[in-house]
Amino acid sequence: MAAAVKHPEVLAAKLASMTVPEGGAWASEARKTAQARTEATGLPARSDEYWKYTRPDAWTAPEAGFSGALPASDVLGEGAVTLYFVDGVFDAEASDDPAIAGASVELLSAAAAADLHWAKDLYGVLEQRGQSPVARPMAALNTAFAAQGVVIHVTGKAEKPLRICYRSTGGECAMHHLIKLDKGADLTLLEEGAPAARSNIVMEVEVADGAAFHHVRLQGPEDARQTLSHIFARLGTESELRSFTLSVNGAMTRNEAVVELTGDDAKILVGGAAVGDGAFHHDDTVFITHDAVNCESRQVFKKVLRNGATGVFQGKILVKPDAQKTDGYQISQSLLLDDDSQFLAKPELEIYADDVACSHGSTSGAIDEEALFYLRSRGVPEGDAQDLLVLAFLAEAMEEIEDESLAETLTEQLAVWMKKGR
Amino acid sequence: MLEIKNLHVKLEDEDKQILKGVNLTVETGKVHAIMGPNGSGKSTLSYVLSGRDGYEVTDGEASLQGEDILDMEPEERAAAGLFLAFQYPVEIPGVGNMTFLRTAVNAQRKARGEEELSAGEFLKVVRAKAKELEIDADMLKRPVNVGFSGGEKKRNEILQMAMLEPKMCILDETDSGLDVDAMKLVAEGVNALRDAGRSFLVITHYQRLLDHIKPDVVHIMADGKIVKTGGPELALEVENNGYADILAEVA
Ligand SMILES: Nc1ncnc2c1ncn2[C@@H]1O[C@H](COP(=O)(O)OP(=O)(O)OP(=O)(O)O)[C@@H](O)[C@H]1O
Ligand SMILES: [Mg+2]
Repeated sequence: MAAAVKHPEVLAAKLASMTVPEGGAWASEARKTAQARTEATGLPARSDEYWKYTRPDAWTAPEAGFSGALPASDVLGEGAVTLYFVDGVFDAEASDDPAIAGASVELLSAAAAADLHWAKDLYGVLEQRGQSPVARPMAALNTAFAAQGVVIHVTGKAEKPLRICYRSTGGECAMHHLIKLDKGADLTLLEEGAPAARSNIVMEVEVADGAAFHHVRLQGPEDARQTLSHIFARLGTESELRSFTLSVNGAMTRNEAVVELTGDDAKILVGGAAVGDGAFHHDDTVFITHDAVNCESRQVFKKVLRNGATGVFQGKILVKPDAQKTDGYQISQSLLLDDDSQFLAKPELEIYADDVACSHGSTSGAIDEEALFYLRSRGVPEGDAQDLLVLAFLAEAMEEIEDESLAETLTEQLAVWMKKGR
Repeated sequence: MLEIKNLHVKLEDEDKQILKGVNLTVETGKVHAIMGPNGSGKSTLSYVLSGRDGYEVTDGEASLQGEDILDMEPEERAAAGLFLAFQYPVEIPGVGNMTFLRTAVNAQRKARGEEELSAGEFLKVVRAKAKELEIDADMLKRPVNVGFSGGEKKRNEILQMAMLEPKMCILDETDSGLDVDAMKLVAEGVNALRDAGRSFLVITHYQRLLDHIKPDVVHIMADGKIVKTGGPELALEVENNGYADILAEVA
């Protein structure tokens, strides 16, 4: 394990640029051990296999490459309780009262200040489990330095969705969210907007037996944002987690999901649709570990790339020896609207059980010229016809959003952005 | 309505001449039919008129209501009143048939400076027209032509034509793949649209469709040219004797 730390000067410079937040005993301890984890591995470098397709320096460099304000996005609010964060700092005035029947919602800063808190058993715990077999030092760095976040304990069926709405005037932020769902609990969490010009967001989700967590995230349509996110989740028996991300533009985005299925009959979906233009780089990296019987995992990712945009998908399904009857499905597809754009995919299966059904597929295609002409011959202008075909391509991924009205809102928003972006 | 003069067309990527001097005039309010052996260039003519990529016009011209159409985008030709019922209608997974129809109707209205139809108005019209063509609600909901039978696709073409109300309708073998009853439905759909201001160019191999849609003029196309033009009796001659006599006569 203890390989020499690569590029110690990069780590030293990064650490020197950061401040450990104030906190009580448990939080200080958790942050200290997380920093030690980072120091043991060093920061990711271009030479790391796991960062082969995406340059980590967007996040490892002490200074963010961009610091302008970003346009706000505020479309998923209907019926939800919203908490606003501006450059990673809670905006109490703008936010709703976070009282939701079935869930208790606190700020990380408050939970971390307490001497005793349930968060102690989750903060950095799933992140640490997710460090093997692949190190994720940027997530450990987040655990060490994140000052803000939302800490949610869901005890029953949450009466309303909770929405975290990010706004940014520039700068950078690290945020760390904790979500603990008790047995049979149910929560929908919405995330929207750019947290900062450069952000590092970690979410740890513990889903107890029979609980369900629905997560829908909207990243966009800012051009300049650099977003790194990790979701670490552990699922108990007969529990379910569905996480879907719609991402529109953004200079650099890497969304990682690291999921452990530890209880029998659990189900997980990680999905996303991304539309990128020009200097756009979007990376979906997923690692799903099946460690229980009869679990189902789905990864569904679609990307539309134009004007030299780059899409990356790294998806792995690891099936442990006892995880019989595993049903693992993975698909990643891209629609390349020109020859300058590229899609890089690395699907991986590692299977140690014998009674499993796993499939994966990855494709890259161009727009269907026959269909385009057919639409145009009916009077639909070329740009609109292309948008229709792009939306049709993405529809298969958007269908993974369970809540139909949410899916509709996102699709409509996407259509508006695409029209504007032409 | 439609005037084609000395039209020469080759494939863009290949040194292959397909249309070798087509001359054809379809008067306003008239129905013309084109017959001709396989590979003679009938579909190519319909594609070139509607603006499909892949062809190069090397000589000649084509105009619709006096306007040169060969430099127009396909959507501009459609807005100008041209419609092609495809020999092989295209499947578009992920785009609902209803969405497709509404987008097309409203795009054309917009291009002509007319107001868009509301969802309610549109629905009423489309339901009525679909019913006449025996297109059920399910077919309207499904993705465009996906999983449609050959005959259903052709009826869907006629539905689009009925919704778009074009001035110049080109029907490329709309009768192929239709059973006897469907052929009648389609013919009724076409006849319902016939009026003094609308013209048709019906490409077919068989007399049967022409029994229902009575043409004013019949053309024979061979090797990229119109080689003979006559009245409805010309179609009967083809039906009875094939092309051998006609081709020998004009050779
Ligand atoms: N894209 C293409 N590439 C190669 N050859 C082509 C292409 N398009 C047309 N052709 C050729 O041009 C000729 C005319 O084709 P076209 O489809 O216009 O004939 P048609 O009269 O419609 O025939 P049919 O009665 O069988 O429908 C044929 O020889 C065909 O193979
Ligand atoms: Mg043909």
